[in-house]
Amino acid sequence: MEQWLQYFLQIARGADWPIAATTVQQALGFFVGFLLFLTVLLVIRRVQGRNWVPDVVASLLIPLFVFLGVMSGVILGGIGALYVVYRTRILQQIGFLTWPRGAQYLLMGVLAFVLVLILISVLVLFFVWWERKIAGHIQNRYGPMETGAYGLLQTIADGLKLFVKEDIIPAGADPILFTLAPGIIIAAAFAAYAAIPFSEHLVVARMNIGLLWIVAMGSLVVIGILMAGWAQNNKWGLFGGMRSAAQVISYEIPGGLALLSALTLVGSLDLVDIARAQSGGRWLLWSSPFSVVAFIIYYIASLAETNRTPFDLPEAESELVAGYFTEYSGIRFSMFMLAEYANMFAVSALATIVFLGAWHGPWLPAPVWFVLKVFTLVFIMMLVRWTFPRFRVDQLMVFCWKFLIPLGFVCLFGNALWALWFG
Amino acid sequence: MVDIWLERVLFYSLAAITIGSALVVTFGRNLVRSAFALFFTLMGMAAIFIYLAADFVAIMQIFVYIGGILVLILFGIWLTHRIIDLDIRAGRVQLVPGVTLGLVLLLVLWMAIRSFALLDRVPAGYIATSRGIGRLLLTTYLLPFEIASVALLVALVGAIVIGRKEVER
Repeated sequence: MEQWLQYFLQIARGADWPIAATTVQQALGFFVGFLLFLTVLLVIRRVQGRNWVPDVVASLLIPLFVFLGVMSGVILGGIGALYVVYRTRILQQIGFLTWPRGAQYLLMGVLAFVLVLILISVLVLFFVWWERKIAGHIQNRYGPMETGAYGLLQTIADGLKLFVKEDIIPAGADPILFTLAPGIIIAAAFAAYAAIPFSEHLVVARMNIGLLWIVAMGSLVVIGILMAGWAQNNKWGLFGGMRSAAQVISYEIPGGLALLSALTLVGSLDLVDIARAQSGGRWLLWSSPFSVVAFIIYYIASLAETNRTPFDLPEAESELVAGYFTEYSGIRFSMFMLAEYANMFAVSALATIVFLGAWHGPWLPAPVWFVLKVFTLVFIMMLVRWTFPRFRVDQLMVFCWKFLIPLGFVCLFGNALWALWFG
Repeated sequence: MVDIWLERVLFYSLAAITIGSALVVTFGRNLVRSAFALFFTLMGMAAIFIYLAADFVAIMQIFVYIGGILVLILFGIWLTHRIIDLDIRAGRVQLVPGVTLGLVLLLVLWMAIRSFALLDRVPAGYIATSRGIGRLLLTTYLLPFEIASVALLVALVGAIVIGRKEVER
């Protein structure tokens, strides 16, 4: 945010155009590449019939390209808007420099929020489609294969359906908490994005406790889930909420231990610092043998924290109908889904930053590498969901407390010794 | 000038949220709603910590009190009542001793805060605190830190021992 504030202040000061030409060129290049890719794909499809590009390959490549294309489009739009502001000298006319600092930060905060909102909406749109595409391949489902080219319109159809559905508050429910719960869940999911650095400068708020911030926002979701589970006055909901809370609290411990053991090698909680320490291929993943184990522990724990299979007991369809959002419908239901997919990206982003070298990589620009790595992790999450059966409750707890947590402590201890001897 | 005004608005709205939800916690008749109102009290406290440029304390407030203790309180309420029960009521017992004790506590806290010279010290600006806290915890305050952790461990083991007795009967 400071970086962007600097841009705005420079523009208001009437200084030169503050944004490097290479940034604009990169975004423009990527956007044109995306348009070309999409056109070629559609033309080939039109000419050759539906099976020319194997659908599996397409379902891997399209989400990435569409997401990066849309985001580069948004960035280009933002740069264009900034250029208009620069040419018309609006900022000077309204005296932006003389504004109090709090008001400047407020404006930046609102802009950042709008950006994150666009990011999450586009992200979730494609994650839902991607997930259904993978499910379609694994289970021979039709919807995501047929609606529009490559089933691209399926999520939009689903979204429209959810928007026009009736919003019901059950008669026996607690109306205040019932309406509050999705808000808390979604606010926590959004807040995590404030700390995620997409590249060295592309971060809303660089904090010296960035890592703790993301983990703490993850634990806020528990309150929302408990609130939803209790407020709907439904036994499935309450059981789902309790299961979810017990599971998330338990799995926060091995997840936290795994992150901590990686942190001993860096010695900072600032995500940008952690990422910088991994430049030149010195990823934390292979900086010590314990880190590999820690990464696997964190990945398993993050599956549990986002309530995904094999840890999706809180929303187990065969036992609990829909778990903690049984009674929710329409737009409120879609908020739960939005938060789930947003959290999937957030935990994968944290894993990428801490273990997989964040945005460092050859040739491609930094944010593209970052998104590429995160999407790979999310893709594995989705494969896992449609491949493995779910745990039983006791297996879930035994696995966490008797296996993952001791292993986490071993990792922490081992990495601390490693940092002492080889660091 | 406007900056100070903005700060005041921010501070007083935070204080209003914290105190208002704390009042709901205290006077609410529905126990579960009270517990959920505690969420806003704790969040408001965390926000005030951030306002005081104590970022590490704020995030720990969220992490420990909301992510841990509040969830435990909710579990406690649900598991000691019938599980599906929207109507878990809070009663008022021992009004006079309670109010007296509260007032005495307020007085003691007030005197303690007044006697502490922190009020005159205004933070110079935003300085990262986590490094300093970690260093102090592992050097100057190592013994209190360890004693606290051992005490927590003892409490944990004790709770398990007490809790298991009923099962073995």
